[in-house]
Amino acid sequence: MLELFAQSDGAGGFGQYLLLGLVLGSLYALIALGYTMVYGIIELINFAHGDLFMLGAFLALQLADLWFKQVTGDTTGVLPVAALLVLMFVLTPLFCAGLNMGADRAFYKPLRNSPKLTVIVTAIGVSFIFMNLGLFWRGATPVKFPDLIPDTNLIPGSGLRVTWKDVMVVGVTVPVMLALTVFVKFTALGKAMRATAQNPTAAKLMGINADRVIAATFAIGGALAGVASVVYGLYIKSVDYQMGFQNGLYAFTAAVLGGIGNIPGAVLGGLVIGVVGELGKAYLGAKWSEALIFAILIVILLFRPTGLLGARTREKV
Amino acid sequence: MSAGRVWVPALFAALAVYPFLPIAEANRGEQFTILFVYAILALGLNVVLGYTGLLHLGIAAFFGIGAYTVGVLTVPFFPFQQSFLVAAAVATTVSAAVGIATTAPILRLRGDYFALVTLGFGLITLYAIRNLDAITEGTKGLNPIEAGPLPGVPENVDLSGLRVNGEWGTRWYKYPYLYFLVLGTLGAVMLLLRNVERSRLGRAWVALREDELAASCMGLNPARLKLAAVALGAGLAGLAGAFYALALRTTGNPQAYDFTLSMIMVCCVILGGLGNRSGVLIGVLLLMGFDRIATNLLDNFIQERFDFGGKAYLKVSGWKLIIFGVVLIVMMRFRPEGLLPEARHQRELHPEADEGEDRVPEPGDTGQKAGS
Repeated sequence: MLELFAQSDGAGGFGQYLLLGLVLGSLYALIALGYTMVYGIIELINFAHGDLFMLGAFLALQLADLWFKQVTGDTTGVLPVAALLVLMFVLTPLFCAGLNMGADRAFYKPLRNSPKLTVIVTAIGVSFIFMNLGLFWRGATPVKFPDLIPDTNLIPGSGLRVTWKDVMVVGVTVPVMLALTVFVKFTALGKAMRATAQNPTAAKLMGINADRVIAATFAIGGALAGVASVVYGLYIKSVDYQMGFQNGLYAFTAAVLGGIGNIPGAVLGGLVIGVVGELGKAYLGAKWSEALIFAILIVILLFRPTGLLGARTREKV
Repeated sequence: MSAGRVWVPALFAALAVYPFLPIAEANRGEQFTILFVYAILALGLNVVLGYTGLLHLGIAAFFGIGAYTVGVLTVPFFPFQQSFLVAAAVATTVSAAVGIATTAPILRLRGDYFALVTLGFGLITLYAIRNLDAITEGTKGLNPIEAGPLPGVPENVDLSGLRVNGEWGTRWYKYPYLYFLVLGTLGAVMLLLRNVERSRLGRAWVALREDELAASCMGLNPARLKLAAVALGAGLAGLAGAFYALALRTTGNPQAYDFTLSMIMVCCVILGGLGNRSGVLIGVLLLMGFDRIATNLLDNFIQERFDFGGKAYLKVSGWKLIIFGVVLIVMMRFRPEGLLPEARHQRELHPEADEGEDRVPEPGDTGQKAGS
C-alpha cells in the first residue's frame, strides 16, 4: 500500500518525507484515538478495533458503488462527488458506532467483572468474526476505492508536493481531534468518562451511570474508526479485508507509545509512527520501515515504561 | 480434577497405534505430526502464559527462530550440514537464548506494555526473516532440509511393511519415523512439564502469577523466575519450530510464523485450560485440528454431496474465522477457565463452588499422572 508515496514528483527531500509522515501519522492518530478511548475507560485491548475500521471502509465503498451505479451514474461532477463524500462521512461513522456499541452490549458487557485475559480473548473472537464478515462482503482480493479527490499538486514549483488528499486528511483529522479533546474536557459526558476511567465504583457512587458512559465511549470510539476508514479509503485508494489487522496494530502501537488511555498521547504516538515510518522508508528502505517502527516503540518503552505521555502508575497493594 | 490421569495416556496410546490401523490414511499422519508440533509450541507458551501469567504475544517468533536455525544448519546452501539432533539442540538453545535476551530488558514493563513489546518483538523477527534474503531466502524459505537420520536409526528405514494400508506420506519419506519421534517428544515434554510444575520453580511461578508483590515479599526473585519461564517456553517453541521445519522439509513461507500464529496459540492455551497441560493438549487438538484437518474434510464432503461451486460462503473453510470467533466468545462467556481448568483457576473463577468445603488443593493437584 505504501509504494504509492514513492512517486513524489522529484520532490523527494527530507521535508517531503516529513510531510508525508505527518499526514499518514494523523491518520494513524485518528484510528488510535478510538482505541485509546475504549482502553482508557475499561482497559480493554480492543483487537476488534482495526477490523471495525475495515468494515467501515467497506461500507464507504458500498455507498460509492450504489451512488454511482444507482443514483447518478456520473463520476466526474463536483456536486455528486461532494454529496457522496458527505454521505460517506455521515453514514460510515454511524454504522461503526452502532456496530461497536452492539459488540459491547452483546459481548463485553457480560464480562465487565471478569479477568482481563477473558475480555481480550473475547475481543480476538470479535475481531475474527468481523474479519470473516469483511471476507464475505468483498472477497479476499484488494478492492480499488474510487478516486474522488484530485491528486494535483497545490504548490507546484516549490519542490514540495502537497495534494488535495493531504489537505483532506489533515482537514478532517485535526478538527476531529480538537473536538474530541474539547468534548472530553468540558462536557458533562466527557467528565463522566474521565471519572469512570479513574474509578468506576466512586463514579457510580457519585450518580454516574457507568454502563451508559461505557456505551457512549464505544459509540465514540467506533465513530472515530468510521471517520478514519473513509479518510483511509480516499487517501490510500485500496482496501481489503485484512487491512484492519495492520492498521489496528499501528493504532495499538500509537496508543501505547503515547501512553495508553491518554488522548494527546495517542495523537503524538500516531504522528511519531507516521514520521518514523516514512523517514525509515526513505532512508532505510521500505521493507525495514515497519521493523523500525516497532524497534522505536520498544526503545521508547524501555526508557518510559508507560509511554511518552503516560502517567507513572503506582503499584496497588 | 484428575481426569487427565486416564485420558492423556489413552490418547497417546491411541495415537501411537493409529498408523498401523486399517483406518489410517496416507497423509493424515503428516497432518497429525504438525498437530503434535503445535502442541509442543502451545505447551511452551503455557509455561509463560499459564504458569507465570506473562501475556507473551510473540511466541511464533521463537517457533520461527527454531525452524530457521534448523534450516541454516542443514540445507546444502550453507556449509554446516549438521544432523538433526545437533540442529534441534541448537535450535532449542538459540530460541531460549533469544528469549532471555529479549525479555531481560523489558522485565519492568507491566501488563499490556509487556504484551505489546513482545508483540513488537514477534513482528520484528518476522520482518527480519522476510528481509534477510541472504540468510533466509526471503519468502521462499530454506529448502530442502535434509537433516539426516537419527543416530542408530538406519537411513531409509522401511516401515511400510508394518502398515495395514498405504504409504507413510509423501513428504517425509526419508523420516518415516518422524510421526513417532514427534509424538514421543510431545510425551517427554508433558512429563518434563509435570515435574517442573511440581518443583520449587513451578510453584514459585504460580505464586508469581497469583500475586507478584506478595511473592517477592516472600523472598522470590520475580526477574529470575520470569526469565526462567521465558527461557523454557521459548526453548520449547524453538524445538517445535525445529520439528516443523523437518516435517515440511522446508522452513516454508515466513507467513507461517506471524502474529496470527501467536494469537491462535494464546487461544489454544486459554481454550484448553490456562496452566493445565492436558487442557492445552486438548485445546490444540480441537482448534488446530479443526483448522488443519476438519475444515478440509468437511469441504470435500460438502463438495462431493452437493455441487455448489467454489463460493466462499458455501465452504466450511470460508466460515472458519467466524466459527473460531464464536467459539472463543461463547467459551469466554460461559466457561472462561477453559475446557479442562486447572483446579486453582477453577476456584478463583467459581468461588461459590468452594463453600462448605475446606479442602486445600495441593499444588500440582491437577491430573497427577497426566504425563504420557
